[in-house]
Formats: sequence, C-alpha cells, structure tokens
Amino acid sequence: MAVMVGKGAMTNSIEELAGTDLLLVVGSNTTEAHPVISLRMKRSVKNGAKLIVIDPRKIELTKWATRHLQINIGTDIPLFNAFAHVMIKEGLYDREYVEHRTEGFDELAKHVEFYTPEYAAEICGVPAEDIIATAREYAAASGKAAICYTLGITEHSCGSHNVQSVANLGMLGGNFGKPNAGVNPLRGQNNVQGASDSGALPTDLPGYQKVERPGVREKFEKAWGADLPKRRGITKITAMDQMLRGKVKGVYIMGENTVISDPNTNHAQAALEATDFIVVQDIFMTDTAKLADVVLPAASFAESDGTFANSERRVQRVRPAIKPVGESRTDVDILFDLMKRFGVVQNLNSSSDVWDEMRQLAPIFTGITYDRLDSEGGIQWPCPTEDHPGTQFLHEHEMDSGMPGYFAPVDHIPPAEPTDSEYPLILTTGRRRSTYHTGTQTGRATGFELLVPSELAEINPFDAEQMELADGQKVTVSSRRGSVEVPIKITDRSPHGTVFMSFAFPELTQTNRLTSDAYDFITETPEFKACAIRIDTIEAAPPPTD
Amino acid sequence: MTTQVKNRLNVEVNGIAIDCGTDARVLDAIRSAGFDVPTLCYDERVGPQGTCRMCLVDVEVNGQIQQVAACTAFASDEMRVETHSDSITDYRKTILEMLLSETSSPTNCPKCVSFKKCELHTAAEEYDAKWDAFPSLVVREKAKDDNPFIQRDYDYCISCFRCTNICNDWEQAGAITVEGRGQENSIATFFNNKLIESPCTFCGQCINTCPTGALTDKKIVGTTKAENLERTKSICPYCGVGCGIHLLTEDGQLKGTEPDFDSPSRGSLCVKGQFASWEFVKSGERLKYPLIKENGSFRRASWDEALNLVTERFTSIRDDSGPDSLVCWSSARTVTEANYLMQKFARIGIGTNNIDNCSRT
Repeated sequence: MAVMVGKGAMTNSIEELAGTDLLLVVGSNTTEAHPVISLRMKRSVKNGAKLIVIDPRKIELTKWATRHLQINIGTDIPLFNAFAHVMIKEGLYDREYVEHRTEGFDELAKHVEFYTPEYAAEICGVPAEDIIATAREYAAASGKAAICYTLGITEHSCGSHNVQSVANLGMLGGNFGKPNAGVNPLRGQNNVQGASDSGALPTDLPGYQKVERPGVREKFEKAWGADLPKRRGITKITAMDQMLRGKVKGVYIMGENTVISDPNTNHAQAALEATDFIVVQDIFMTDTAKLADVVLPAASFAESDGTFANSERRVQRVRPAIKPVGESRTDVDILFDLMKRFGVVQNLNSSSDVWDEMRQLAPIFTGITYDRLDSEGGIQWPCPTEDHPGTQFLHEHEMDSGMPGYFAPVDHIPPAEPTDSEYPLILTTGRRRSTYHTGTQTGRATGFELLVPSELAEINPFDAEQMELADGQKVTVSSRRGSVEVPIKITDRSPHGTVFMSFAFPELTQTNRLTSDAYDFITETPEFKACAIRIDTIEAAPPPTD
Repeated sequence: MTTQVKNRLNVEVNGIAIDCGTDARVLDAIRSAGFDVPTLCYDERVGPQGTCRMCLVDVEVNGQIQQVAACTAFASDEMRVETHSDSITDYRKTILEMLLSETSSPTNCPKCVSFKKCELHTAAEEYDAKWDAFPSLVVREKAKDDNPFIQRDYDYCISCFRCTNICNDWEQAGAITVEGRGQENSIATFFNNKLIESPCTFCGQCINTCPTGALTDKKIVGTTKAENLERTKSICPYCGVGCGIHLLTEDGQLKGTEPDFDSPSRGSLCVKGQFASWEFVKSGERLKYPLIKENGSFRRASWDEALNLVTERFTSIRDDSGPDSLVCWSSARTVTEANYLMQKFARIGIGTNNIDNCSRT
C-alpha cells in the first residue's frame, strides 16, 4: 500500500469503525485476531451498517455479516477487479475524487474490463450476483465505507498485488481522507508498527525515510557523526537464503522465535544452523535461542520503559512496574552497552533520550514527546509539531507522499503451490482468540488449556466423511517439506478442501514445518495462507459416542 | 420573530455555568462542570439504562422543578441542575441501604479487599448508608462454576445488569442473561450451564464493569491487598490493537493486570489481555543470566563475557567478510526505542543496512 498512497498503516482510527455505513472485511478473522477492534465492527452493524465478510473460512464474524463471500483461497485479485469492473461499468465510482486525487484511472478501467463478475465468479467460487451487489453497496456508501484487511491479504505470494487491488477499490469509492472510511491493515503484533516506524527495515531509516533517497543518508550521518552504508539491506527471507549459501555468517536476533514463526521450519532451522555465529536476545529459551551461540536475557514489557505504536499509528507509553528478573536487562540497556563496545559514541542514557533523538530525525514523530504521552495519552502520527494534536485519519488534503494516489492494475496469480493427487488439500494458517503466535506467552497462562487444549486440524465435515475421519482422531498432516501429528476437528468453519491450523503449540505440533517458503516478490512476505498438504491416519478413529 | 438554532446549550450545575453540546445528557453536563453522582447501572460503552435511580437529580426548566435520572435525561438550554439537595441525598442513602440489604457484609467484599473499593461501597461510604439498616435479604447463592477465570459471588450482586448488558450489547457474546424476576432474579448462562460451555469468550468485561464484588478476576482475587496495590499504566503485550492496561504490583512484585479505562480501548480487553498478560512475566522459565554455548551446551556467563564475545566474533566476521555478511533482526514485541537502537547499531555499529523486523511473519 505504501507504493500507492504513501504509508503502510491504518488510514483511519479504530474508534471510527463504529461509525461506518459499510464495512468490508477481507482476510481478517477480526473477532479472534483483533477482538477489541471487532467490538467497533459489531457496534457499527448494530447501528445499521452493512458488513461484508470476504474469507474462505466461515469465521465467527460472519455471524454479524450482511453477506459472506466465501471465496476460494488466494482469489482476492479477481474479486476486487470485478468490484472495480462493476463500479466503473455502472458509473458508480466517485468521479470527483478520481479526477482530482488519483492517477492511472484509464489504465485501470481498461485492465478490469476483462474481469466481469461472471468471470470472477468462476475463479472465486462465489455467485456473480453477490459480487455485483457488493460493488453497488460499496459504491452507495461512498465516503463512509471502510475496508479492513489483515494477513489473509498479505500472506500470499501475490500479497502486495492483493493490497493494491484492495486500495484500488478504496480510491474508486473515494474513501481515502475521510472519517469512518479508508483502507485499514490491522497489524498483528503489539509493536509491529513501532518496529517499522523506528527504521528497523532494510530500505528505511526512522520515520520511513528511504535509505537510497538523496539527502536522507546525509542527514543521519550528520546527526550520528558516522558514515552510513549506501545500499539498501536484505530482508529476513533473503538473509536466510544467503545463510544457506554461506554469504551471511552472523545474525543478531532480538525478541523473535524465528524457527517456529517462520515458514518452512526445516529451511529456517537449516539456515540458522549454517550460520557461524548467532546471538539471540529474548525472555525465554525459545527454539530459536537453543540454536544460538550466545543468549542474552532480556527484560519483559512489564520491566521496560518506552513506547509501542498500535495499528492506528498511535504511540503509547509502556512503563516499568517491576525490576528486570535475575540479571536480565532491558533491550535498550543491552544495546547501549553493546553499541559502546562497537565504538558508537552517543549521549543517550534512557528510553526518553532515545525517543527524543528519533523524533528530532523523523518529522512524522517530532511533535510527540514523553511529557505529552504522559499527560494526553497516546498520540497518532503524523504529528509534526508539539502543538499538533496528531492525525486521526490520513490523506485528508492530499495523499501523504504529496502526490496523488496511483491506481495499480494487477492480475490474478494463483497460490504458488497448487494441490495435486498426492497433496490434495490446502492448508491455511492463522490465529485463534485464546492462543497467540508461537505460544511463548499464552502457553504460560493458567486455564488456557481449557479453551484450546492443543493444536487442531480443522476440517470440513464433507472432507472428513470422505476420508473417514472422526473428531479428535490423531492424524499426520504432511506437505512437501515436512509432517506433523495433530488431532482432527470437524467443523464447517473450514470450507471444502481446506484445513486450518494455528502455530501456537510448537512443543507438539510445529505447523510451520508444513508451510511453504514461497513469498511475495515485492515485500517478501511468506505465503502462510496456502500450501498443499495430505492427511494420513495414524490410529483408528475412536468409536462414536452417543 | 426569528428563531435561532443554537448548537450549544447553556446549563447551570450547582451554580456553575457551563455550555454543552445539544446531544448532551444531564450526566455529561454534571461531569463537565466537575461534579459527580453515583451511577451504579451505567457503563458509557453500552449507554444509559436508568434503572438504579442513583443518579436522580433535581432539574429546573422554565421554573418547573422535577427529578430526572441524569444518565438518561437530555440536557436542555437554560436548565439548572442541583445534584445534592437534601431530599435527593436522603433518597440516595435509602436506595443504597436497600441495595446493601441484598448483599453480604461490605467488610468481605472481594473487590474492596483485593482490588479497590467497589462503586457500591464507595457510594455507601459517601452517603453514610448502613449495611444493616434494613433486614438482610441475601437469597442468592454463589455460582457453582469451576472456571479458572471469573469468580461469581452473587451475594454481592445488586441486579444492575451491567454484566449482561456489556456481554450482549458490547461484546455481543450473548453468554449471560437475567434469570427469574424481581427479588428472585439472578445472572445465569442459558440453561445454567457452566461458563466454559457457554458462548463466553472470557473477555472479562463483565468483571470490569461490575460495580460490586459480585464478579472478580479469579486469578488475582484473594492474592492481593487493595491498600498495598500499586498501578502502572502500560499497554497489552499481545496484538496491534494496543489496549490500555494497568500492571498491578505489591511490594515490587507483579500480581496481575487490569484494563485501563482512560485509554482509547475504553477498558475493553480480550481473553489474552485480561487473563494472559502477566503470568508469563513471572514464569520460572524466564532467562535470568547470559549464556554461552560451549561444546554444544550452554554455560552461565557474565554480561561482560557474553557481550565481549559478541563484539569479538561480529568484528572478526566483519573484518573477514565485510559488514553485509552480518544481519540484525529486530522485534515487533519490544519497545520502539530498542528497535531504533537496533537499526542504529546495524547501520553505524556494524555498517550494514541488513536490518529487518518480523513485520512479515
């Protein structure tokens, strides 16, 4: 999305979702992955808004939906192109917005001419009349229609094109730069926004200032009193390939369980094992830490001073309530110490000092100070000056890059690994409400074993009957890369031909031994949402109970 | 004659003149004038119910004085509000004494003992309402429900229905409802099943809206003393919604968490934020000292030893193979400031732009 309209963040605010006329939720299991955001969606429906859910699975949110478009996995682009087709053909798009604020409309119009609702219906597996109705309703709610998406859109090998097709629709509807509207990626982890905001990206310095843009590097060199590398760096995915080829020889991993959370565990593990020297800084002995040469004990959030930035670009304070346990130190203190050993001269002694340096160098944060965060609460960037209230929604006057929004004509690309006779089912992965990510935190909370006791392979009743599988029966799920053992759960949440699993129980079931290392060629986001698998029984079905 | 449409209302509360929006309720006017009245059945997320009658106030409009529930009644132009007249104060005291007669002794109230004084007992103290002014009418039993999250002490229930309203109207889980009528009513799941068998998502919002000790966090209640508890404002460590929480500590020890009602999440949490955001911090499995791997197994090391080894090995790899043979992976789980330092370390400590974070996974 950054390519088209400036920045990859929610354009609008969470609270605004309660006041929309129409919500289009695509590839987001919001009630489970972002429960508190789903409260605003439910409120909006209660106030009379239409809710369109686009998801291959019959997720819980469909209970509140006006319509559920249960598309085939990985067919978002033809669907969104067909929405655009209907809006353009029927003259329902926001002409004024398109004329004044965008470029590339003619190319888009020509491109989507081919994507009739009937054509898309065939690929997506949803009725053409539902596609037409949705496009008309989205157009009718122009200026007050919000799109929300999550990893169901981005975790595909065509993830960035998926995002572009979604943003095309947002622009056609004239839904940028208005309250209760926009195109909103809901971010997965507590500070994933802040990690990117801070410049922990191979292409960007703090505040999304491009390493390779003239003048940017010079500004940071002057401020830091040191030379900066000129060329952009490599992503994690590329780095892992280069580890296997001996080109990357050392890695410093802070607070991430790479082995469990990354796709194709065997590949990730092999990559790290091929690396000469690994440092892991974490709060637990994770599977990744076990591979390290040096493990540095970090403090948890409850012991740390600093900020998290949430999905809606809101910077909020985190404060230490207790001392770091044992000899552990905060990530900030460890890095202060390490940087000194590497000869970095800086006059920084606290998180507050670090924030001040960052906000001076990154205009979107300049107006946000710890004093303001303490007295006013969280503030949303961009916030250029200390008397600026922060920005509730983006693009009010122009696209943030100072340029118009560009329509991007994109085509359907099927998932990288199609099913075949040997691997006839699709595995899609995601979260459940009561477990989180690799389970290092929820796995340690008492009582949670009652909510979801173990990993479960959720399968459609029809498929289960065909394969003679029973609820609770233990099976082997295999892909071309590995296999895991897991009990079956029969549920119509899974569509025909598709199995769902999370990756929160790595001790017994390392789901990412199965997933594919195909990834999006622009963002290098892995395709967690689709790979081909097979199911084999390892024990007889338990006798049916009455 | 011309009629002017006003977009602000002039209201006087206890002699203080304020202006408020045309959609303001009397309660909003009272609070923006800096006063308050008890609101035992009110949660702003669900809206006014007007059933507890504690927020009744005197209002004067066009010379007519009447009593209205401040939570439900709209403010009007030139309205004069009096919040604490003698008759209203007496009236509140009587209602409180009637409510108290339905509950067990204030000295054992689970919320007052373990967390902080509950809304009911705060109001009782303010209005000097006696627990034993009326004959005791405690008829409810404790819920027999062994779930590990929510303690239900119906001896302290005052039938305000905030829990059922938040469950049905805000969370829209539909897990609990009112069973029975009048004095016989109680809060129950459908068919009186256990919560774990109901549609309950264990978001904990019933606990946090409850104005008495009827609903409490079972993981914390009984383990803390309200008078020793300290609260530190923080943010939930799970997803990207960034809900506000308070970390609860006693003598420097972490004892639990509570939602922060003054944050943009308005006191709402999910099962993870409510019931899983602090135990991992106290886990015995936390890493407590640096470790160095030797001959395939880890041994304890000092910080100096560990960081010297990192410096030595990284420097020698850089000298042999160039800075781009090293990579740093930052974390979406830690504070922005640590991420900033990590990218600065990669760029000027090592000399590479090979810095990435887990935003792709």
